[in-house]
Amino acid sequence: MPRATSDAKLLIQSLTKAYAATPTNLKIIDLYVICAVATALMQVAYMGLVGSFPFNSFLSGVLSCIGTAVLAVCLRIQVNKDNKEFKDLPPERAFADFILCNLVLHLVIMNFLG
Amino acid sequence: MAEPQSSRTTSGGDGRLRNALGGVLCAFSLLLIGVLAFSIRLFSVIKYESVIHEFDPYFNYRVTQFLSKNGIYEFWNWFDDRTWYPLGRVIGGTVYPGLTLTAGTIWWLLNSLNIPLSVETVCVFTAPIFSANASWATYLLTKETKGSGAGLMAAAILAMVPSYISRSVAGSYDNEAVAIFALVFTFYLYVKTLNTGSLFYATLNALSYFYMVCSWGGYTFIINLIPMHVLLCIVTGRYSSRLYIAYAPLIVLGTLLAALVPVVGFNAVMTSEHFASFLVFLILHVVALVYYIKGLLTPRLFKVAMTFVVTVGLALCFAVAAILIALVASSPTKGWSGRSLSLLDPTYASKYIPIIASVSEHQPPTWPSYFMDINVLAFLVPAGIISCFLPLSDASSFLVLYLVTSVYFSGVMVRLMLVLAPAVCILSGIALSEAFGVLTRSMKFQRPTSDDGSSTAGDGSPNIPANSKAVSKEKSSKKNRKKGKDSEGSSSVDPRTEEKLLVLPCGPSAVGIMLLIILSGFYVVHCVWAAAEAYSAPSIVLTSRSHDGLHVFDDFREAYGWLRHNTDADDKVASWWDYGYQTTAMANRTVIVDNNTWNNTHIATIGTAMASPEKAAWEILNSLDVKYVLVVFGGVIGYSSDDINKFLWMVRIGGGVFPHIKESDYLRDGNYRVDAHGTPTMLNSLMYKLCYYRFVETDGKGFDRVRRYEIGKKHFKLTHFEEVFTTHHWMVRIYKLKPQKNRVRGKLKLKSSSKTSSMRKTSGKKSPWQ
Repeated sequence: MPRATSDAKLLIQSLTKAYAATPTNLKIIDLYVICAVATALMQVAYMGLVGSFPFNSFLSGVLSCIGTAVLAVCLRIQVNKDNKEFKDLPPERAFADFILCNLVLHLVIMNFLG
Repeated sequence: MAEPQSSRTTSGGDGRLRNALGGVLCAFSLLLIGVLAFSIRLFSVIKYESVIHEFDPYFNYRVTQFLSKNGIYEFWNWFDDRTWYPLGRVIGGTVYPGLTLTAGTIWWLLNSLNIPLSVETVCVFTAPIFSANASWATYLLTKETKGSGAGLMAAAILAMVPSYISRSVAGSYDNEAVAIFALVFTFYLYVKTLNTGSLFYATLNALSYFYMVCSWGGYTFIINLIPMHVLLCIVTGRYSSRLYIAYAPLIVLGTLLAALVPVVGFNAVMTSEHFASFLVFLILHVVALVYYIKGLLTPRLFKVAMTFVVTVGLALCFAVAAILIALVASSPTKGWSGRSLSLLDPTYASKYIPIIASVSEHQPPTWPSYFMDINVLAFLVPAGIISCFLPLSDASSFLVLYLVTSVYFSGVMVRLMLVLAPAVCILSGIALSEAFGVLTRSMKFQRPTSDDGSSTAGDGSPNIPANSKAVSKEKSSKKNRKKGKDSEGSSSVDPRTEEKLLVLPCGPSAVGIMLLIILSGFYVVHCVWAAAEAYSAPSIVLTSRSHDGLHVFDDFREAYGWLRHNTDADDKVASWWDYGYQTTAMANRTVIVDNNTWNNTHIATIGTAMASPEKAAWEILNSLDVKYVLVVFGGVIGYSSDDINKFLWMVRIGGGVFPHIKESDYLRDGNYRVDAHGTPTMLNSLMYKLCYYRFVETDGKGFDRVRRYEIGKKHFKLTHFEEVFTTHHWMVRIYKLKPQKNRVRGKLKLKSSSKTSSMRKTSGKKSPWQ
């Protein structure tokens, strides 16, 4: 048991150390993702409280949060300098694609919100 | 080794010119393939006329007419009260709008450019145009996988494959006409995103998936195939960040877009057809997280993390899975819709949903129909599968998975051979292109004027046929560079295979090329024959050749025309559901049931009415406000898809809802007969009477040309119906319900006239209709 806890502590320590080494722009994207997912969870909790009557509103709300989180993860993958596959993709192009996809997503959300 | 590099540096202009020439040739071939795909489908227009075929296209045509006349808001909110009387049908919420919106847009665009094409012309020619688009989409998909040579081959094969022609001839204005294009295009964008990892293509992929959801109920195939492929990639260790970019945005955006279409609505998140996509979405996120953490930690610490997580995570997973399974298993169909269940379990429909089982295109195909529909491709496909494995990439594994699943589904329902068609075309295109490449390459290397065997020229020579020029150019130059770089046989098997193939002597490879060309020739001949003879019949006009020339049977349109001109606008017409769409579209009268078959009880009511004796049938039809009854009868000319042959299905469907109709009452010793040995229930049923009324007057003996015997009851009168119209060849017969008489004799029991009434009762007939 103590070995397990010491292992766990070592694990958490190395995780935080490795994560602290990531560049700031990636950390900002990670923060955005966590915010979006938290918003989605809050919406689900609210739905649990008041019921799901306008189901399309609930669906569009939750899926817009999840959608923008997923797109932000894709952006992070493309902008990450450690990623060999995307080394000749300029980050501006990645950001432009991210904006475009978000536009389409939110257009659909607006339509479906009801 | 030196040549390809030199061609790049010193004669760069030469290489560029050759590339440009290759590009122009490719574009020109694609144009010709498009023209071929369009024109091979025009046989029915040439042989008959520019008319809409079959049954379902008439409904789509009527909806498109409404759309073009009233605009999109009216169409979206349309409640149709001229069908399924008295229930009506919500068109906006139950139709897949893709096809009608596409044709409506084309019509509106052409009309705004002052090209005055009628809606019917646009509808008739929509399918050939979109089949040309589908072959271009096939070219793109195969090019992403194996190169442009294979792409051109696959596109040419798809342009002609009979299975696709059967559902997209000019006049077959049905959902599949645009849906196959949307299917292949969505797959192309998915593979492109997988290969490039670009979020832009992922967005386009989601939009193309939206178009597919709008067009056809078969979109569930896409939303289950792509997760299956992602799972396959994860399991075989081919996870990459491009896979995440290809899949995750598609699911989120795609689910939202699918929920936008009213037909799908909330089914996009609540039915089992979509659960696989959500499950794989979760699995993908877990795998992505694992890979990310693996990148952060050292291997030893990663192992520790794994053991820690696995114990906790597995427990959580089991809990969630148990809840989900309990939820899904509580519904009787496990969350699947009836149609999907009948695909997964081929025996389901015949046990539980007789309507689905009765449609002839839902039957399993026979072996000859495979050869008829995909011909030579049936044995080119295994070669294509092998070629996909050398080398195996994400895209080629996707193609193999697509083929395997579509082969299973085509074996369940003959209608789904259409989904198999692009898969076999792509794989046989790959196989043929590889074969041509190998044979021409070995021919080229055996030529006495070429240099020593090891330094093989990279660029194309004029001997190689145009459609394998690009692929042999790319492939041989790549392989030579590889051979030059490593000294001995490298890890890939290609240089060794190439050395083996180079040994193919010149003669056999020339013979091989000739044989392949002859094989393709047989394929082309078969395709053109199938398009001309087998699949171009419009079903609404029949022809037959006899010793005195060509007979044309235009009885259906004659009957609908008669209905249109000789009945009131609000009269209701009852017939079997096959003819509902045609009646509303061409005769413009309200019908009771039509091909949508969404209400089984209503159809069973009509079936019961057809199977009951005259009085009971009159009661049932009168309760539905029916004025006219229409039956199709083929006994005079030998048309075998008439209502007497479909009658047992009416009995079965009616008996499924009304237990007093028993199928065994209509069969004599298990055989279905309408001759002198037919059961009394059969010979007294409304269907028998309406079909064979006055039939004995045609030839004096009542010989039915379809059943090939003389009928049982020859001379009888109709008591509750009167015949108003029979078409020229007796194919369609229309009857009117006789109204109730004002005064009913023999039913009142007045004391004063009891004697006279009792006398009347015993002397005359009791029926109030005489």
